[in-house]
Amino acid sequence: MGRALIINSIRFIVLIAAQVFLFKNLGYYNLSIPYLYILFILLLPFGIPNTLLFMLAFFAGITVDVFYDTLGLNAIACTVMAFVRIVFISVTVQRDGFDNEPEPSLGIMGFRWFVFYAIILTFFHHLILFSFETFKFSELGFTLLRVILSTFFTVFLILITEFAFFRKKVR
Amino acid sequence: MRNLWLFISKYNAFFLLVIFFTISLILLVNNNSYQRASVWNSSNQLAGAAYERVNEFSSYLVLGKTNDSLAAENARLRNLLKSSFYSDSISQKTVQDSLLKQQYTYTVARVINNSVHQKNNYLTINRGSRHGIKKGMGVIASSGVVGIILNVSANFSTVRSLLHTETKISASVEGNIGSLVWGEGNYDSRFALLKDIQSHLTIKKGARVITSEFSLFPPGTNVGYVTESDTRDGNSALNIQVKLDTDFAKLQYVYVIINLLSEEQLNLEAQNKVE
Repeated sequence: MGRALIINSIRFIVLIAAQVFLFKNLGYYNLSIPYLYILFILLLPFGIPNTLLFMLAFFAGITVDVFYDTLGLNAIACTVMAFVRIVFISVTVQRDGFDNEPEPSLGIMGFRWFVFYAIILTFFHHLILFSFETFKFSELGFTLLRVILSTFFTVFLILITEFAFFRKKVR
Repeated sequence: MRNLWLFISKYNAFFLLVIFFTISLILLVNNNSYQRASVWNSSNQLAGAAYERVNEFSSYLVLGKTNDSLAAENARLRNLLKSSFYSDSISQKTVQDSLLKQQYTYTVARVINNSVHQKNNYLTINRGSRHGIKKGMGVIASSGVVGIILNVSANFSTVRSLLHTETKISASVEGNIGSLVWGEGNYDSRFALLKDIQSHLTIKKGARVITSEFSLFPPGTNVGYVTESDTRDGNSALNIQVKLDTDFAKLQYVYVIINLLSEEQLNLEAQNKVE
């Protein structure tokens, strides 16, 4: 428990710092923008209570918003993403396997499951983020294009990060 | 009660989503000017569209009166036509008119929302920035002065009516310039007050009140006629009651005045402040 707290705190600080100082300046014009900090929400432990999950997601979103000057925008996307995470995990993972699988990382859950998980959650996060940023229906096509291209970019970065800190565990 | 708690705890993820989503949305709309503006804008567009739809029906009710006023206006304009004057001179020659330059142009607009019973009255018209309308332009009806453009969107504008406590229009009666106000003690949509005319003058009942050279309306636009003029409380200025020519309750079509030379005038006057 204590170890999970420390690991997640460090992960939070490092990912948010990387997001606001490095990835904020990165992107393919306005089309493809990476939001790597959502990896923090992806990697929270399986056993986390829903309330805490929502609070952490909201807090992570607000923190990024403070640096991006878009108060509430990332928070709304992260909140929706937390909900998608709960639904996705309840559908795909058996409940009794929680004790020896503390967190949904690449090394523990396997490549196929993790890629699917990352794509779905990232897509919903970006969908909410970009549509609320645009805030009108008339540019739906362009917004969807941005969502899809940014999802590719973010998932790509998530996979690179996960392979860099790859730890194979025997299930 | 217990069942309710069971229900909420079973689907707690969804309720948490609703709570946090609402918090974020409130933060988003309150703190970001673009999202706030688009929320307001869309609601204004909705209201404007609804007003226009209602007005589409209600305009049928006063169709006869509108026709009459249009016919009267047609007749008046026909009187101004060159063909309706008898030419005394025998020979005619065309002269390129370089002496006169067009200063005012008029854009016709339909009134789609109107009020006369408030303390401060506003109109909405179905012309906006797409038709070249800007804030501060004058609005008249065929009978006389109506108000001043207050806000402009792409397709609609709001007009601060003459029937508004903050509207002041420079008007003159028999060559004496005063300011025309409404809502200081009277809230009758048919009458307005003309202030700042010196009390030693005598203004006869029935004298015409027109806009002065200093107003943003073309000089000489009809305002109304004097119905009452007296000194009250020993003031140095006359209290003149003016019966307005425009019947604000029945406004259907108005003209927005575009002053082509106003920019030049404002630029020149702005230079005075620099020194």
